[in-house]
Amino acid sequence: MKHLVTLLLGLLVVALSTGCGKAEAPVGKAPPIGGTIRVFAASSLTGSFTELGREFERQHPGTTVQLNFGASSDLATQIINGAPADVFASASPTNMRQAVQAGDARHPRAFAVNTMEIAVPPGDPGGVHRLSDLARPDVKVAVCQPQVPCGAVAAQVFHHAGITVHPVTEEVDVKSVLTKVAVGEVDAGIVYVTDVRAAGDQVRGIRIPPSVNATTSYPIVTVRGSQSGSQNRATAAAFVGLVKSARGQRVLASAGFEKP
Amino acid sequence: MTGAVPARPRIRRRTPWPLAAPAVLGLGLLVLPLVALLVRSPWRMLPHVLAQSTVLDALRLSLVCASIATGLALVLGVPLAWVLARSEARGVRLLRSVVTLPLVLPPVVGGVALLFAFGRTGIVGRWLDDWLGVTIPFTTAAVVLAETFVAMPFLVITVEGAFRTADQGYDEAAATLGASRLTVFRRVTLPLVRPSLGAGAVLCWARALGEFGATITFAGNLPGVTQTMPLAVYLAMQTDPAAATALSLVLLLVSVLVLVGLRDRWLSAGAR
Repeated sequence: MKHLVTLLLGLLVVALSTGCGKAEAPVGKAPPIGGTIRVFAASSLTGSFTELGREFERQHPGTTVQLNFGASSDLATQIINGAPADVFASASPTNMRQAVQAGDARHPRAFAVNTMEIAVPPGDPGGVHRLSDLARPDVKVAVCQPQVPCGAVAAQVFHHAGITVHPVTEEVDVKSVLTKVAVGEVDAGIVYVTDVRAAGDQVRGIRIPPSVNATTSYPIVTVRGSQSGSQNRATAAAFVGLVKSARGQRVLASAGFEKP
Repeated sequence: MTGAVPARPRIRRRTPWPLAAPAVLGLGLLVLPLVALLVRSPWRMLPHVLAQSTVLDALRLSLVCASIATGLALVLGVPLAWVLARSEARGVRLLRSVVTLPLVLPPVVGGVALLFAFGRTGIVGRWLDDWLGVTIPFTTAAVVLAETFVAMPFLVITVEGAFRTADQGYDEAAATLGASRLTVFRRVTLPLVRPSLGAGAVLCWARALGEFGATITFAGNLPGVTQTMPLAVYLAMQTDPAAATALSLVLLLVSVLVLVGLRDRWLSAGAR
């Protein structure tokens, strides 16, 4: 359903934009940075990319950064089906590979790394103090389902720690896990460090020892959509440059991301 | 003259075009996506998809939960419809709008509302947890509850309309013959609205079968326990769109089979 709607919207936008004709960059000159670029980014990047988008518009007056956040797998599907993206930032190399294989992107580069953390409701109803508590039968645990990046990484963490966890639910994305924890319906959830930080005092984080923790790396790429003109490509490349710059890395670090 | 009987002039009853044109467009809008699904479906994958135990679990869970939800909706919804149609108490009109609210509520919000009511920290769920040690979310019961919440209004609205338009003369006649109000309801009113009862139940069942938003929010997702077909389809979409299409096809075929079967046995018998 969600896919269908986004797909239809995407098609509509494509139809509209190709119908309008495109202003070509002057021949023989480097295309100037300007216009509107569309950045498709994993939902865990919501805070930092919103800030970087504003920063980019400040640095390059006259540009507009349209942000589209969602599950990396959804975004990859949208891009493969022709959604007008200029930049794609994924929460896992797997979804990036899908886009690269479909010929929509080339040479993705890792720009951030995320690690996992245990999130518990503020009152800690399950009495969760360490990772091994999640294996207790009386503790209700929510994880992401194994097909999405956060679920795969959580499975790695359990494997490293040598524990078997029987979750009560496998959620579709990390934000759903966080919600189940925040409303107190589960005793604990495995989410990204950045999610715990973004959730403020809605949840409490319990650190996972680095020796058993697992990571996922975030690749970014400029998308070679047929509808994007050379100006878009130059602007998109400049945005990717900002994300990888020292300024971009500072914003990401303050959200809890680590350097690749 | 040859003695042949002259053909009786047939009265031509053509549908006027202001009705026919939008009707055809409407039909196209409803049917084309389904046709597209059938055309683009990976039919060869069907046996493979059906052989997976998780798929069979999801299908079984979907059918069982939708049927229990429909049963629950009949037990609770028919009396509710009767009250809404026949009661002269004040506030019934307001009640009627309240009953239809789940129809307009986005199902995901419905799921959150169910969590706030029956969740572990919910206004009712808290007592269930404290007194009985029962928690509803993330159980099959939660799936049934979510489906009933979303689908029961379809039944109530359909049956309520029938109760209101049914000729109350029969009820009165039975009452003057000495039947109690409950007997009248059981022996006279209910048989009168039987076609609507069937239609309402089918609508309710179909809506429950396709329920997604409230289920995934309130009941979560765990294969074999709360993962119904719509959830399995959505999750398959994340990694393998072809499998997702094949799964939807299974759901579509099963529901068509059930609906066609019911129509012959149940609906038309009452509709005559």
